[in-house]
Amino acid sequence: MTPIRRALMRATSNPTTTAGAIITLLIVAAAVLAPFLAPYDPTEQDIIARLQGPSDEFLLGTDQFGRDILSRLMWGAQISLTVSLGAIAAAIVIGGVIGMVSGYIGGKFDLIVMQTMDVLLSFPSLILGLIVVALLGPDLINLVIAIALTAIAPFARIARAPTLVLKERAFVEAGHALGYSHTRIIFRHILPNILSELLVMGSLWMATAVRTEASLSFIGLGVKPPTPTWGGMTRDGFENILDAPWLAIFPGIAILLLVLGLNMVGDGLRDATDPKLRNE
Amino acid sequence: MNSPLLEVRGLQKHFLQRRGFPWPKTTTIRAVEDISLTIQPGEAMGLVGESGCGKSTAARAMLRLIEPTAGTVRFKGENVLTARGEALKTMRRRMQIVFQDPYSSLNPRQTVGSALMEPMAVHNIATGPDARRRAAALLDEVGLPADALDRYPHEFSGGQRQRIGIARALTVEPELIVADEPVSALDVSVQAQVLLLLRELRERRGLAFLFVSHDLSVVRWFCDTVAVMYLGRIVEQGPVAEVLRAPLHPYANMLREASPEPDPSRRGILPRIIGEIPSAAAPPPGCAFHPRCGAGLAICSKIVPPLKALSDGRAVACHLYSPISGRPFSTTPAAISA
Repeated sequence: MTPIRRALMRATSNPTTTAGAIITLLIVAAAVLAPFLAPYDPTEQDIIARLQGPSDEFLLGTDQFGRDILSRLMWGAQISLTVSLGAIAAAIVIGGVIGMVSGYIGGKFDLIVMQTMDVLLSFPSLILGLIVVALLGPDLINLVIAIALTAIAPFARIARAPTLVLKERAFVEAGHALGYSHTRIIFRHILPNILSELLVMGSLWMATAVRTEASLSFIGLGVKPPTPTWGGMTRDGFENILDAPWLAIFPGIAILLLVLGLNMVGDGLRDATDPKLRNE
Repeated sequence: MNSPLLEVRGLQKHFLQRRGFPWPKTTTIRAVEDISLTIQPGEAMGLVGESGCGKSTAARAMLRLIEPTAGTVRFKGENVLTARGEALKTMRRRMQIVFQDPYSSLNPRQTVGSALMEPMAVHNIATGPDARRRAAALLDEVGLPADALDRYPHEFSGGQRQRIGIARALTVEPELIVADEPVSALDVSVQAQVLLLLRELRERRGLAFLFVSHDLSVVRWFCDTVAVMYLGRIVEQGPVAEVLRAPLHPYANMLREASPEPDPSRRGILPRIIGEIPSAAAPPPGCAFHPRCGAGLAICSKIVPPLKALSDGRAVACHLYSPISGRPFSTTPAAISA
């Protein structure tokens, strides 16, 4: 049995992790199946049915334009998940390569690269995202770029530390003795040994990315309306918070659930790959 | 004499260490000061010495796993230290290393089969089913079943892992194997098995060995020649039987006295170990061994004794055996320690 499979087995035996995985998977399913399951078109306006509370017709009510909240939440989940998944995937790849190469080369190069990463790291992620979106303009791709940039530095750090240890191990030395190229040693011998750590961090950072995306959408720097986004829906709901509190509450709960689910999964995966437990 | 396989001349490796805050001081660690040795094809040479005398560093510098500070290393006449690119890759194929720690020498995320087939692919020796067949044959040669191919290192014991490490070194068909304390990390019963395997491979494949060890009995059993190192220098070298039976250099003698021997007639002789190996950052002046040596001539603390060849194929670096000291050449270590 591979170490990764053992870690997965240990993770699924933990009820918290399982609960987190179920929450996350339900939201993913809602997003993927939105075109088939959503009861209404998320952008279709119905002035007569505006600002209605939850009912049999509109399970979670309607907004000020009479659009169905449930349908908008399901479609909005697509944006949240696409942006955060895309951003974190990009951050893992870019940050991971930067960290491994920097740690592997070492010396002054490592010092300069890591100081640069520290500068990036010193910006709060929301501020950094804000600057990038403000410079590039708000759209889906730019949002992915902005959030990816905020997450590159942490992944570079996570990748570098074990690389420093691994490059001193005898199997890396054996690789040199066998005439392997540096690229081969980094990607075939070091990467597989740090991949689980990167993926665990990825699941935790997914939650942060969801929050950042929601925050940027909330202040109007997310994907442009009328495309539904959770952050945008929360902001729109704020205008009618006294008359129709569900407008802001339901998207807020959606954000909360997804962040919670991802964090629970991330925590469980982190515990499951803990080196202290790994060899049991 | 036929052409040597490995020729090392004046090998030196210094490490620089910057320590202290806010004004760091640079200290030079003289791990390897001056090593010269020659290994003939098929010869097994032991490199012995205490921990910290630089024997592993010297071995690694010869393979260019670390860059030496000075000196030359020639493999079959080709300069190892200036080789680059494809030439270096070809040279690496002919010299392999077996490590001390079998737990760190294998990639935990790579199957045994993959670890054995990867070098074959890199050196265009074999790919696909042919490589797999070769890997299985190598496993068989080191005494492991073919089903080990698809398993991971953590499923094997220390001794089995060491066998896998040996098989990996053999994938590229080397002529020289540097064995860096290959059995020190193993249980005594497993040590014997791995040593037997190494000797069998040596005989079958005509391999030359540089056998780094601190265990004299293992070196006596495995090697033809031996070089005794002390603080980065070779103090005595020659045929293993002579050097270990009647060492000339006082340090070699001390090492030998400290090494247990299964001979009841020698029972009761306590090892005389005086002091510890000095720091390589601040080696004593003159002969590095003089603070621990019983001979203590005036010259010892001033001039480093050169390695002098003797008539019986040995060489020794000690003022007791050089005409400068003014002492007769015949002074024996027994007389010194008495």
